[in-house]
Amino acid sequence: MSAIYILWLRELRRYARSRAQVVASLGQPLLYLLALGFGLGPVFQRAGEGSYVQFVAPGVIAMTVLFSSVLSGMGLLWDRQFGFLKETLVAPVPRIQVMLGRTLGGATVACIQGLLVAVVAFVAGFRVVDLRTLPLALLFMGLIAALFSAMGTAIGSAIENIQSFQLTMNFLVMPVFFLSGALFPLDHLPRVLSVITRIDPLAYGVDGLRIALIGRAAFGLALDGAVLVAVALALLGTGSYLFSKIEV
Amino acid sequence: MIRVENLVRQFGDFAAVDRISFEVGAGEIFAFLGPNGAGKTTTIKMLTTLLRPTAGAIEIDGLDVARDPHEVRRRFGIVFQDPSLDGDMTAYENMELHGVFYHVPRKVRAERTERLLRLFELWERRNDLVKMFSGGMKRRLEIARGLLHTPKILFLDEPTLGLDPQTRNQLWTHVKHLNQAEGVTVFLTTHYMDEADRVAQRIAIIDHGKIVALGSPQELKQQTGKESLEEAFLALTGSTIRDETANVSRDRLKTMAKLWENRR
Repeated sequence: MSAIYILWLRELRRYARSRAQVVASLGQPLLYLLALGFGLGPVFQRAGEGSYVQFVAPGVIAMTVLFSSVLSGMGLLWDRQFGFLKETLVAPVPRIQVMLGRTLGGATVACIQGLLVAVVAFVAGFRVVDLRTLPLALLFMGLIAALFSAMGTAIGSAIENIQSFQLTMNFLVMPVFFLSGALFPLDHLPRVLSVITRIDPLAYGVDGLRIALIGRAAFGLALDGAVLVAVALALLGTGSYLFSKIEV
Repeated sequence: MIRVENLVRQFGDFAAVDRISFEVGAGEIFAFLGPNGAGKTTTIKMLTTLLRPTAGAIEIDGLDVARDPHEVRRRFGIVFQDPSLDGDMTAYENMELHGVFYHVPRKVRAERTERLLRLFELWERRNDLVKMFSGGMKRRLEIARGLLHTPKILFLDEPTLGLDPQTRNQLWTHVKHLNQAEGVTVFLTTHYMDEADRVAQRIAIIDHGKIVALGSPQELKQQTGKESLEEAFLALTGSTIRDETANVSRDRLKTMAKLWENRR
């Protein structure tokens, strides 16, 4: 059994035991899906864009994965606060493995959360256009989760207290979400907004999910995949470096 | 086994550890004593790669801690002063995770886990979440976990804090056995002078970041002309109660450094 596996397993065990977290984390996506999906539905339809629930569901799934994976960085701060981080830092395990185990665990939990929201979206009327593309959707969920879990770990390594982490998360994650096109189509945007959305990595994740789930593209699969992989690798590298510098 | 030379750790202008040097031989039980906030835990953190020294050199089993921290980590085990368990995992899972970290083979891991959990009377509670444990039970589990792999060097940072006499006795009996039967070098801190007197072959006393005395318990008593180690300790470090009541965290040291700057 390797250190990466045991740390991955730890994240899953903790998640499985925290039923309150599972239920509470579904609240926000449900609100977006139901309030926006049905509230804006008629306007969206009149604009000739089709069903808004169908459009927004991939965005809400991406949002769930985003928030859940970034929050895995918070686990690092809790571990620092409650002392468990020391146990991992003195262990004869390369810190890259510790970081990878945590990140993969956080990413897996985020994907499970995303799948739960997908089930809820199905109940709300969302339908996948072609079931054969579901593995592709899972791949994009995994890429989004890996990218933002690495970001969470990087930030959690650099910041020592929980309040600062939450502020940083709000400062970073909310713009990433709102500018990703999760809630609105990326075509016909004002030029400045269009440029900004193109530097938001989540925009490529949302686009990849939309292509896989409803067959609607803004950038194209190849570009989506390439950007997500490149940014995820860069953040994993940064996260590993920052994690290796932690002192307690 | 451990060689420390002119070790310094500063937080701002405040020197938590100030040019200390000492050596610990292989198979020795060495006690590192001092009042609260004297620099004991900061020293242990540097020895165990958790903190980088500001200056000076540390060698563990012939390895330079600054250059080869990963190899150094293979050589030691540690029982921390503060809790370091995962409360959302069971006692058994905490032991299992530690065993995997320290590359203890599965079969050996299972055998030792059972033996240690039974020794510290936690076997019946092995499948309970650690957050449900009392303070004393958590402490016992910390110790059991620290002993799961048999390292060359065992760091024990106030291991008996909050333990009843029976458990303290169990712990020291087991540590002595490890030391004698397997040649494990032990580096310990404690506030119980009778324990240090009974267990340690040599003692260093640190105060205000500097080592003020170093020798066998008998030598320290002779040096100060006192009959007990506690009296010798008080003679060397004074009887004034220190402000620090617990482990001096890095944040607190930073605060102290700022206060010190403001006073100047």
